[in-house]
Order: sequence, then C-alpha cells, then structure tokens
Amino acid sequence: MMILIGLGGSLGAAARYLIGQFLHNKSPNSWMNGTWVVNIAGSFLLGILASLYTTDSLTEWIWLFFGIGFCGAFTTFSTFSVEALKMLQSEKYTQAILYIVTSVFLGAIAAFTGFIVEI
Amino acid sequence: MNLLMVVIGGFFGSIFRFLLGEWIPTSSGFPIGTLTVNLLGCLFLGWFTAFLLQKFLHTQLILLIGTGFTGSFTTFSTFSVETVHLMQNGLFLIAGSYVVISVLVGIALAFFGYKIGLKPKVGDLQ
Repeated sequence: MMILIGLGGSLGAAARYLIGQFLHNKSPNSWMNGTWVVNIAGSFLLGILASLYTTDSLTEWIWLFFGIGFCGAFTTFSTFSVEALKMLQSEKYTQAILYIVTSVFLGAIAAFTGFIVEI
Repeated sequence: MNLLMVVIGGFFGSIFRFLLGEWIPTSSGFPIGTLTVNLLGCLFLGWFTAFLLQKFLHTQLILLIGTGFTGSFTTFSTFSVETVHLMQNGLFLIAGSYVVISVLVGIALAFFGYKIGLKPKVGDLQ
C-alpha cells in the first residue's frame, strides 16, 4: 500500500517538476507559473477520482496510486505559500492577491467540475 | 539526475504525508490532517528558502529536499477537494475557515520559518 502511494507520488513530483521547468523557460516572470497550473489541474483530476472513489467505482489501488500518490504530490501547498510570501516580500501585492485568490477559487471550481463531470 | 532526485523525494514525501494524515485523528469534519501536513511543510520550506540564501547546497540536494520531498509532502488538490466536499455538505463556515486558516497561517508560517532561517547562529558569528 505504501509502495503504491510512494510510486504515484514519485510520478506526480516528476510531472510537477517538468511542467514547472517548461513554463519557467517559456515565461519566467509570469505569476501563472508551474505551481499555479499544477495546483488547478491536479484539483480537477482529484475531483474526478474522489467522485469515482466515493461511488465505489474506483479500485483501491488506483485511488492510492493516482489519488493519494500522484495528485497529492503533483500539487503542492508549501511552494504555493512560499511563492505568495516572496511576492509579498517584494511588494508585488496585487500579484500576490491574484495568485492566492485565483489558486484557491479556480482550484475549488476545478475540483467541483471534476466531481460533477460524468466519466 | 535532477529528475531522479525529485522522484526519490516525491516517493518519501507522499508516504510521510499519508502516514501523518492517517495518524492525526479527524475531528468534527474539519480536515485537520491535511491542514497539519500543509502548515508543517510551509514552515519548513520557508526556513529552507532562507537557509539556501546563506549556505551552499548542491542543486540535486535542493531538488531532493525542497521540490521532491516537501513539495510532495504538502498537497493542494486534497485541500481543494476537501473544501468543495465541506461546501457540498452545507458546512460553509467550516469550509471558509479551512481556506482562510490554510492560506493565512500557511503564509505566516512560511514567513516565520524564513525569519528563523535568516537568524545568524551563535557559532557563525565572527
């Protein structure tokens, strides 16, 4: 069980890192960065998986691997907070608020959309 | 090699997140497990960020500890799904306080960790 979560987490972390690198090379100064994208995309994906899991249409190992492992590691709260802090420290207040508010709201909307979408 | 470090960190970060989340008892619908994990990760990453400004650490070690382990230890997707779940159950006050506490305390702890990390150690003075 632990191994499944760990392996899914490895894959999620790798995907987060690669997307982050890719977007950083494309537009290094945008606040809509890798963390922003993976957090919203991962919330959508976990919404779908959680919906399937709660209706018993998902086997346990898929939930552990993709849900807890992959989605959990693909998205990150610590980097989100530290990035918001850096924006505040460099007095980019509007950017910081936009970053925080859109991450939280779009993340919740994405999770909700994933939850109600019919697969 | 850089990617491998992220992969290894992600493996252990995810398992630690699960174990700590399981170990913390849930109280009255409030997602205290995810909150604890996320706040701990914010405190640590804030400290780590300041630490790296003063001490040289190999890029691969930074990727292992920061991007890999701490990044995977904390999670945003579970936070989003839990918030939506609370709202779907009509627990708007709990959902609202969960979001506000996670974000405000998360950033405050990252700042606190950062400040601790910047403080010169007694042995470093001279």
